[in-house]
Amino acid sequence: MDSTGFLLQGIIKAFELIFSLNPYIMSITAVSIWVSGTATLLATLTAIPLALIISFVNFRGKQAFITFVNTGMGLPPVFVGLFVFLMIVPVGPFGFLNIVYTKEAMILAQYILITPIITGISLAAIKAVPQLIIETVYTLGGTGKDAAIATLKEARFGIITAVLAGLGRALAEVGAILIVGGNIARTGSVGGIGEGLSETRTLTTAITSETSKGDISTSIALGIILICLVLCVNILANYFQRRD
Amino acid sequence: MEELFIIENLSKSFGNKKVLHNISLRIFKGEIFTILGPSGVGKTTLLRILNLLEMPTTGKLIFNGKDTAILQKNNVMGRMSMLFQIPAVFNTSVFKNVAYGLQIRKMDKKTINIKVIDALALVGLAGFENQKALTLSGGEAQRMAFARAIVFKPDVILLDEPTANLDPANVAKIEEIIQKIRSELGTTIIMASHNIHQVRRLADRVGILLNGELIEVNTKDQIFTHPNDPRSIAFIKGDIIY
Repeated sequence: MDSTGFLLQGIIKAFELIFSLNPYIMSITAVSIWVSGTATLLATLTAIPLALIISFVNFRGKQAFITFVNTGMGLPPVFVGLFVFLMIVPVGPFGFLNIVYTKEAMILAQYILITPIITGISLAAIKAVPQLIIETVYTLGGTGKDAAIATLKEARFGIITAVLAGLGRALAEVGAILIVGGNIARTGSVGGIGEGLSETRTLTTAITSETSKGDISTSIALGIILICLVLCVNILANYFQRRD
Repeated sequence: MEELFIIENLSKSFGNKKVLHNISLRIFKGEIFTILGPSGVGKTTLLRILNLLEMPTTGKLIFNGKDTAILQKNNVMGRMSMLFQIPAVFNTSVFKNVAYGLQIRKMDKKTINIKVIDALALVGLAGFENQKALTLSGGEAQRMAFARAIVFKPDVILLDEPTANLDPANVAKIEEIIQKIRSELGTTIIMASHNIHQVRRLADRVGILLNGELIEVNTKDQIFTHPNDPRSIAFIKGDIIY
């Protein structure tokens, strides 16, 4: 078989796997969405109040904290994975949590990775709101809380973009979750492929393992789903950026 | 006449730069008082202090008979509104922009609806309710800002060069609105301006501010016919270039 035929066969088989809703593929997709979605939700709940506090409250070391957040935006995932792993292994300081090689550990790693991203981009969106808007709220009799709400409303499209950027990064991330999640699937094959339903196997980690096993069609199927998810996130992000 | 503001020996510095020097002034309820002076003499700073957006470095500010230093800032600010040279526009509809001051006062929807429609009619923007505020022209946006400022019936409106960036047609409309607000609502209006002609058209009393110092306060007629201070004379004659 030539290289074109080999690729074509892989792609056809990949679409068959997707459209037949293969349980192995679907379980991996579900784990990916659950882990990344939960991490994004938790990171958003942390990042937006944090961005508001940084914007509205003057505190000692504020500039250093902003530098820390900006540095966090570029954290290497494998380093975060290693750090979280060392914290949660049975002999680590948080070993008692017993979460190593679980979805919770993966959520924690992704939370650490994307919280600075959502905070940093939200902070930029909030800072772009003209001071005049905030002063107008005060001149109309508003309180500090009213000013914060008005600022969030004005920065809403930028903040949504920040959340989507975080979600996109989480979905595409592989290094950290591979270390703390272990890329585990249950034993036994389902639908004729893979090793069984996913426990901590995500689209990205599954692509690495399936490719290394030589199962190209499964890798391509997982890749197509991953690209579609990331594409949807980016289409949404572009939509909100245009509206801003 | 009853005093709305009493300002006593008020000064303001930013770092080492003294912006306002020892200002003492009384502003009466229902009047149009203008602070006249060239750009950069502290007019905006004085307005911002009256609105409690800035605190004076020294001196006393009494609003409605009470020292603002001991009053709750929000309670005082809630009874005034301020318009800036460039109107702040919330990224939403004209209706929601104008309704903002009523919504934060937790008024019911029916009352808000009536008041917003009345305010928009007063500024000549009836029918603009559902338009996106960011699509308004400069003059329309400033008129919307006026509607937003008057809709909750403040005791005083502070205007910081409200026509500085507008064409003559819009300037005329804004001046008409200012006079309407005073005559129909009885609101006290304090306006900062460098435009002598506009001050002649609108003001009851005028204070001339030069280099952070209030050099003369008098009725419009007195200021423009018999100014006392030589610097006032020079400014009104146009000898002070700005």
